[in-house]
Amino acid sequence: MSEYTLDTTGLLCPLPVIRTQDRARTLAPGDVLVVHCTDPGALNDIPAWCRINGHQVLETVDGDNEVKITLRIGAID
Amino acid sequence: MHYTGWFQEQPQLAAARCHHELSGLVEFVPMKRALNEHCPAPRRAVALISGGLDSMLAALVVQAQGVHVEGLNFFTGFCVEGHTHAIRSTRQKMPRRNNALWVAEQLGMRLHIIDVIEEYKDVLLKPRHGYGANLNPCLDCKSFMVGKARQWLEQNGFDFIITGEVVGQRPMSQRRDTLPVVARESGAHDLLLRPLCARLQPPTLPEREGWVDRERLYGFSGRSRKPQMALAAEYGIEEYAQPAGGCCFLTDASYASKLRDLWQARGEKRYELDDIMLLKVGRHLRPRPHFKLIVARDAGETRYLQGYRGHFAHLEMTSHGGPLTLIEGEVAAGDFELAARIAARFGQGRNADSVSFRAVMADGSERLLSVVPLSPNQVPRDWYV
Ligand code: SF4
Repeated sequence: MSEYTLDTTGLLCPLPVIRTQDRARTLAPGDVLVVHCTDPGALNDIPAWCRINGHQVLETVDGDNEVKITLRIGAID
Repeated sequence: MHYTGWFQEQPQLAAARCHHELSGLVEFVPMKRALNEHCPAPRRAVALISGGLDSMLAALVVQAQGVHVEGLNFFTGFCVEGHTHAIRSTRQKMPRRNNALWVAEQLGMRLHIIDVIEEYKDVLLKPRHGYGANLNPCLDCKSFMVGKARQWLEQNGFDFIITGEVVGQRPMSQRRDTLPVVARESGAHDLLLRPLCARLQPPTLPEREGWVDRERLYGFSGRSRKPQMALAAEYGIEEYAQPAGGCCFLTDASYASKLRDLWQARGEKRYELDDIMLLKVGRHLRPRPHFKLIVARDAGETRYLQGYRGHFAHLEMTSHGGPLTLIEGEVAAGDFELAARIAARFGQGRNADSVSFRAVMADGSERLLSVVPLSPNQVPRDWYV
């Protein structure tokens, strides 16, 4: 089980979700992925994407200039 | 399983454990349907999900027949997204969500969002069937997307494709004579099922094979949205996205005129993602053929354009409150004064004797600049792109 980070800053929806999805495919179940975004829409979309694809959101942080979403990869991707 | 009569007398068929094993053996649809009910692995369909009502209903109608449905959504760069609108401070109240993800969640299905930005350039720049009312190459676009869905289906072992098309709904891609074009040019042929208007089309493979019951599909046609709204009500769907102006910016006249201007200024039809994102933001004015201004319309757009400061010459108003202005093109030092006089019109100093700016060249060098704002009648209408 490892922790990885993904930088999607500067990208607008749905690119942060697409990059998260593509990265998640390369990870193993149980791995943790920390996604950094500047589009606040990611606060809705990445958790929604996690819910429908069986991943678990561990933490969301809505900072001044950046949103950080930490998720655990589920078994189905 | 206990089937009687004709079916039991066919040894090959009686031995079949599910509809998968019947393919090619029989055209006896009711029997296949009976087998489907016992099949441990339902047929699998991939649905094109735009986030609007039609594709949502199309997926739902097939899901309701026991088929496993997963969604595909393509990001071309031109998609109308709540977030793109949400760049503007005045529109922050719009729901900040991706409608395709929202639909998938409502239907309890997986959604795969696919970045087709690069491949889509060919579709938009060289459409075989031309453009619709603006720069929307809808017929080529539909064929491209269904073609991508066909590739996805082959790679993932799915059985057929679903779209939410309705005969006569759209003037270009959803006419009675163009629906077969999409099926043919995408290579999907009769793997393409349009549940909302299937009853008006020849039966497709999923119908003929009994994977779906044609009787429980629909025959919607025309531009009226009432049948879809009635069907949504039947399924208890009360909330759905109704994107004004369709699913992408290419149908928008003002956006299309900015894109045409970009191509004209470049002397060729070419774009990158940042170009087309920037066309969604700010006022665009072209006072000279070789440069254009992008003036933020509010604090939200200023924040967004700030991300591009490193790539563009730009003007930051220092003496008054005012928007950030990016300057795109081969701008010479002498052009800055005109650019600043225009930009001054859009800040709080528009009636002042002088407005000051920090002018930053594309190479990062900077200087201070004070100018007299142009009056409204000194900004000709045709500078606005
Ligand atoms: S409106 Fe845009 S996304 Fe929809 S079919 Fe036409 S070109 Fe494609």
